[in-house]
Formats: sequence, structure tokens, C-alpha cells
Amino acid sequence: MSPATILMALLILSSAAYYLGRRRAFAVASKTGGIRYLHSRPTYYGALTALWCGIPALLLFGLWFGLEDKIITNLVVADLPQAIRGLPDNRLNLVVNDIKNLVSGNIVAGEVTATIQAAAEHYRNLKTTSNAALAVGMLSLGIVGTVVVRSRISSTLRARNLVEQLLKYLLIACSCLAILTTIGIVLSVLYESLRFFEAVSITDFLFGLEWSPQMAIRADQVGSSGAFGVIPVFSGTLLISAIAMLVAVPIGLMSAIYLAEYANKQFRDVAKPLLEILAGIPTVVYGFFAAITVAPFVRNVGSTLGFDVSSESALAAGLVMGVMIIPFVSSLSDDVINAVPQALRDGAYSLGATRSETIKQVVLPAALPGIVGSILLAVSRAIGETMIVVMAAGLSANLTLNPFKTVTTVTVQIVTLLIGDQEFDSPKTLAAFALGLVLFIVTLFLNVIALKVVRRYREQYE
Amino acid sequence: MNEGDSKGNKVERKTIDIVHQGLAKRYRAERRFRLYGLTAILIGLLCLVILFISIVGNGYKAFQQTYLELEVFFDPALLDQHNLSTADYTGLVKSNLRTMFPEVRGRSDKRQLYKLISPGGAFQLRKMVLRDPDIIGRNISVWVPADDDVDMLMKGHFKADVAESSRRLSDKQLAWIEQLKEQGKIRKKFNKTFFTAGDSREPELAGIWGAAVGSFFALLVTLLLSFPIGVAAAVYLEEFAPKNRWTDLIEVNINNLAAVPSIVFGLLGLAVFLNFFGFPRSAPLVGGLVLTLMTLPTIIIASRAALQSVPPSIREGALGVGASKMQMVVHHVLPLALPGMLTGTIIGMARALGETAPLLMIGMVAFIVDIPGGLTDPSTVLPVQIYLWADSPERAFVERTSAAIMVLLVFLMLMNAAAIVLRRKFEKRW
Repeated sequence: MSPATILMALLILSSAAYYLGRRRAFAVASKTGGIRYLHSRPTYYGALTALWCGIPALLLFGLWFGLEDKIITNLVVADLPQAIRGLPDNRLNLVVNDIKNLVSGNIVAGEVTATIQAAAEHYRNLKTTSNAALAVGMLSLGIVGTVVVRSRISSTLRARNLVEQLLKYLLIACSCLAILTTIGIVLSVLYESLRFFEAVSITDFLFGLEWSPQMAIRADQVGSSGAFGVIPVFSGTLLISAIAMLVAVPIGLMSAIYLAEYANKQFRDVAKPLLEILAGIPTVVYGFFAAITVAPFVRNVGSTLGFDVSSESALAAGLVMGVMIIPFVSSLSDDVINAVPQALRDGAYSLGATRSETIKQVVLPAALPGIVGSILLAVSRAIGETMIVVMAAGLSANLTLNPFKTVTTVTVQIVTLLIGDQEFDSPKTLAAFALGLVLFIVTLFLNVIALKVVRRYREQYE
Repeated sequence: MNEGDSKGNKVERKTIDIVHQGLAKRYRAERRFRLYGLTAILIGLLCLVILFISIVGNGYKAFQQTYLELEVFFDPALLDQHNLSTADYTGLVKSNLRTMFPEVRGRSDKRQLYKLISPGGAFQLRKMVLRDPDIIGRNISVWVPADDDVDMLMKGHFKADVAESSRRLSDKQLAWIEQLKEQGKIRKKFNKTFFTAGDSREPELAGIWGAAVGSFFALLVTLLLSFPIGVAAAVYLEEFAPKNRWTDLIEVNINNLAAVPSIVFGLLGLAVFLNFFGFPRSAPLVGGLVLTLMTLPTIIIASRAALQSVPPSIREGALGVGASKMQMVVHHVLPLALPGMLTGTIIGMARALGETAPLLMIGMVAFIVDIPGGLTDPSTVLPVQIYLWADSPERAFVERTSAAIMVLLVFLMLMNAAAIVLRRKFEKRW
């Protein structure tokens, strides 16, 4: 039975349980003189039965689905001949991968020996057994739940309260998922990073000036020593983000000011959604635009002006990223400016200030914390932006502030290190997680500050 | 305005005079400032226009494809009746090309001739024979796709008037194409392959259907998980949660997750779903799970806003006639907040549809020709397909990338339009 069929079967079973519970409630009621003598309406008895039928089985399903692969793999490995089990971990992993590929009918990298063939057969058998066991387990859990709840249905069973209690726990579980996600991010990234820092010291990583994450496969290879100094990668990220902010902040802020203070309603109704289209365009489209249209344009303009512009210049990626961030800055600042009380403006007007003087000397200073917050959020978005830089910026880590040169960014490095198949324990792939950790910490820091600033600002005027 | 009269006596200078003196300058500054604002908006809109023009200009031609008309004689000598599926269809195409151009002699010339036709031509003949084996031995005229270089020439992306060494087609090939043109045997037709095929190394055979199906499966998983979970979380936080440290922490967490770079979610998916749980690589199931975690904060925030906009009087009314808290929420508050929640969900889905970076991390960048048939089949999604094609060196892929982008943008616009319509239709001002 495939997982989908099992789930379908469970769904049918719970519907049956609902029906059974409800009918039982009616039966109980008719004995005691009508449903008004029941504690809850009959549907609640049905719902209670269905919930107790479905939820334990679903929990089992989740647990099984998560752990099945690990357990089966361990069983298969334990049954391999001593010669293969004795292999070092990474070689053993390759063998296991071969077996799995064989099972799923993919192309196998290594040669298929009889042992591997047998192991694959073993794996397949275990998988079938496990699926069958799961089906039996889930369905019997469901049936047991149904039978138990049904037998306890009586006119005094507080079914509504019990159902509501269960639902409330479900709601709590759902809202805790956000925390689980954060914990998951921190743990997974931190765990791999710690393994990386076993191979490369943390000071070399944070303060090294050279980044070339090529690890040698053979000892005598050229360029065998990987260098994991993150400074050039950071400087590239900052350079591109700075260019993006130079584009986005003035344009975004001035648009927000115009929309909030000058534009009439018609203009606002047209221009604002149009600007926000810019935020809805997928980043991969911006990346393509940067690589195909903007980068050659920047290069041509640069060469006519006598500059030597690389075809993957930081300038092109930064400009396009700036365009992407414009609506982000403008809509956040727009909200902030609109939140400034009208009384402040009226006061300035009554003293004879012109509109622009009012804006510059009253509205903007009042809105400043909020604007700073929105700019910080925009910076965090620029730092974490991936596709534009992957497609339009380069791979070579140059330590430079020249916007015409090629630079690389944290996100580009993560993507290039992790794309495709790779073994999971070389410093090269682990380095991606270390970069991810740094990225997460930096953006988290920016976000926390920005959200705090914006929130405090809002409270000030509410 | 005067500093003094002719005798040098000071005349009292009035404030209003100073004001008047500076007025012209201040008004100029005012106009300038206003102009800056307008310019900023116009620059933003200009960028939008350039972006669209560049994409459409690059891609609109991809909806057509050049086809060649072949007079195919389904030669019984080449097609073994018992083994039709593995017969030499490439040979069939070649022999028919030779009969069309009997004057072509010599190996390299012949090879150049064969290059005019896409390898897809042979597949097409194979399909025809397998569908109806009776055509063997007959003469049928068939339109087969031309090679991408021919296609690019016909669409004017390659110039014919440069030196032979600097173009992809030789003089002889150009002459043959001219000849075909005169006979009316080369023509541009609607590119059906683009909408029905999976990925391919040959631009003329590559299509977006595989990626579109992958996107559909991934979004299906995302929708099925993120909508119920998001609504449930929002209901708890808005209606049930006591105001304490714990709920504060959840709130801060959700706001932060909404701003975490998407690629970090990809790292999470790689470490947790692939390496810890051992889920298959490149599967829409895993892609959907990662996108769920990514869109959840958006949906929760939108759903909470929708719940907040339901007036308290509704809740009080329900409680007043004796509903329990859960009944009040399920029977009265949720139906009123649902349009707002759906709007937020659609916008979250639109973002998920355009998301690329986290999916690169979980192996959805593989080159996959087959159309995925289920949640665990290896597949790719539309934006990743765009990324893959954008990396391909062939000129014809630039065109197809732009066309794929246009398709993606159309989907996004439809989703956003649906969200706007929903909002307009059901939005209530209390």
C-alpha cells in the first residue's frame, strides 16, 4: 500500500467513525427520551469519534514516515558483508546510495555486484514489509480509537467540550510550527557549521582574506588547499547591497513622499499598484533581465566612457536589485509617512511653511524611525537576495570596492557549493552551511532591530 | 524692500518683506522637490516598462517554430514490421532528405544537410508509424521541426550576410534553406511543443509542460499544508492565546520568519528533509514542504489581519446567545474573515510559485525530460526551468527563457487578479 492509499483509507475510516459515533449518539438519545437529554449535539459525538480515529493514526504516520528510511538503511547496512561494512563512512555512503538508486530504478554510479543486488532486494522487501506494517498499524489504531470512543458514548459524555479541547490543542500545535521552523533552521545550520569549524578554524573563516573553496580530491592536485576566508565574500555582498540601496532608497523614498503628500487620489490609485508589480515579479526574472539586458548595457556604456567593465559587474546586479527593492522601500515608507498625524502638518502650514518645508522639517523627522526601520528591512532583503546575484554576479571572490569588477556574494557561494550531487561531509559543502549561518544571523539581527524600531514608532502615534 | 532712504535714515525692515524676498526661492524649491518625487515614480515605472519590453521583445517569437515539409516515403525496407518501435527512423528522415536534394554528394555535405532537421523529426515519424502501421509503404507529406539554428535564421536572430566562419550555418545550408523557401516547404507555425513537452537539450524540442506540472504538484502540497495550518495558527493567536511571554515569542518568531532570506529555508530543507528524514531529492513533495514553511508566515500575518477586521460585536453577539468560544469562532468569525484569509493565501501562493532559490538547494535543478506523474517523481518547477534555460548557451534558449517567463508572469497576474477580485467582492467595511 502506498502512503497515499493509506491516507485515503484513513480518511474513509474516519468518515465511517463520524457516522458511527453520531448514530450511537442518536441510539443513546432515543433510550433516554430524545436528543435534548444528550449533553452535546449528536454531531459532536461523531466528531469526537472521528478525531480519536484519525489523530493517533496520523501521528503514527508522521513518526513512521520520518524514521522509516533511517531504520531500513541501518538494517540493510547491518546485513551487508563485513568487507563492505568495514569501509570508511564516505565510501559506505556511496554504496548505500547505489543501493537506493537501484531500488528506485535510477542509474547506478558504481558497478552492480551480486551483493549490492541482494542488498537492494533486501531493502525493497523491508520497505514493502514496513509499508504493510504501517497500514496495519494505522488502521488498527483508528479502529481501536473508534471502538473505544463509541463504547463510551453516553448522555453525560461532554463531547462538545472534549472536541473543543482537542481542536484547541491542534491550533496550539499549528502556531508552534513557527517556533519549530526557527529551531529547525538554527539547529540544522548550526550543526553543520560546527562540523565545518572542526576542519577550518573560526578565525580563519571570519578574518581570512582569501576564498577559494576547491578541495583537492587527490593530494597532489593543483590548488589543493581550500581557502575559506569569508571577508571577500562579505565585501562583495556589501558592495552589491550598497549599490542596490543607492538606487532604491532615494527613488523609493521620494516616490513614497510624492504618493503620500502630493499625489491626488486618481494618480495614487494607478501608480501605487503599478509600482507594487515590481515587488511581485519573481527574482529569477530580474536575474534574467540583469544578465541579458542590463549587464551588456552597463558594459557598453562603460566601454564608451573608457572604463573597463566586467561582463558580470557588481554594478549591473546592484542596479537591478535596487529596482527590485524600490517598491519595498516605497510601500513601507508610505505607510510610515501616512501614520504621521495630520496635526503636525497643519501646525507647520499655519506657520507659513511650504509643503516641501513641512515634509523636510516636520514630517520626515517625525517619520524617521519608521523610515530607518523600513530601510533596514530592505537591506536585509538585499543581503539575502539570491537569484539576481546568482545569474548576474560572478563566482570569483575579489576583494575590491570597484563596482565595475566581478564580485561574489554569500548567497551565490551557498548556491554554487550546494547545487548538484555532492558528498555531505567535505568542508566544501559544509562551508555553505557556515555561510548560511552567518547570513541568518546578520539578517535576523537586522530584522529584529527594524521590527522593534517600526513597532515602537507605531505605538508612539497610536 | 529698501535698506534706507536717501538721507541714510534706517527704515524699519518688516518681517513680511523678508518673507517676500525669499518667497520666489522657496517656491522654486517647492516645485523642484515636487518634481523629484514625480521623477522618482516615473523612474520606477520606466524600469517596469523596460523590463516588460525586454522580456516580451526577447520572447514573443518563441511561440512560433520553424517547420520543414518532408515528403516522407515510409520505406518498408527500413521499417521492420516486427520491431517498429526500435526501427531506424533517423535513417528514414535522412533518406527522405537525400531524395529531396538529390544533388547533394559527399559526406560532409550530407551531414550538413541532415543538420537542418531537428532530431525530433525522427521521433515524430516513429510516433506516426506506431499509431498507424498502415502508412508503411505510402508517401505522406509531414511537417517536422527544423533545427534551432534554422529557426533562429528564419526569425532573424542570425544574420546571413556575415562571413561564413562567424555564423552557425554554412553557405550551402543557406542555399538549401533558400530553395526550401521558394518551394514553400519551410514555414513558421504555432509552437505546440513548447506547451506540451518536458525539458530537452534541443531548444526546438524543449517545453515547459514538465516544469508546469512540477510547479502544480509543489504548490498543491504547499496549499494543502499551509492554508489549514496558517489559518489555525492565526485563529489561535488572535482568538484564544493568552497574552504572555510564550505567545509574544511566537509572534516575534513569525514576524522574523517572514523576513528570513528564502535560501535559508532551502538549507533547512536540505539538512532536515533530505539528510535527516531521507526524503527523495528533486521531489515536488519536498519542494512543497519547503515552500510551506516559507509561505506560512505570510498566510498567518494576512489571516490575523482578516480576523482583526471582524468587529467585536459579532463575537459578543455569538457569545451572548450562548455559543462556546470555539462555536463563536467557527460559526461566526471564520466565515467573515475567510475572504481576507483566502486573499492572503493566494498572494502567498503567488510568491511561492515564483520562488527559486530554496528549490535549488533541494535538488530541483536536475535536467528532467519526463513529465512528473506524482509527488515523489523527480521534477523541476517553472522558475527553476527559467534559471536552467537562462544558463544554456544556445541562442534559441534566450527566446524560450523569455517565453517561459511570460507564461510564469501570466500565471502570477491571474493569481493576483483573483486575489483582487476576491477582495473587492467580499470586502466589508464595518
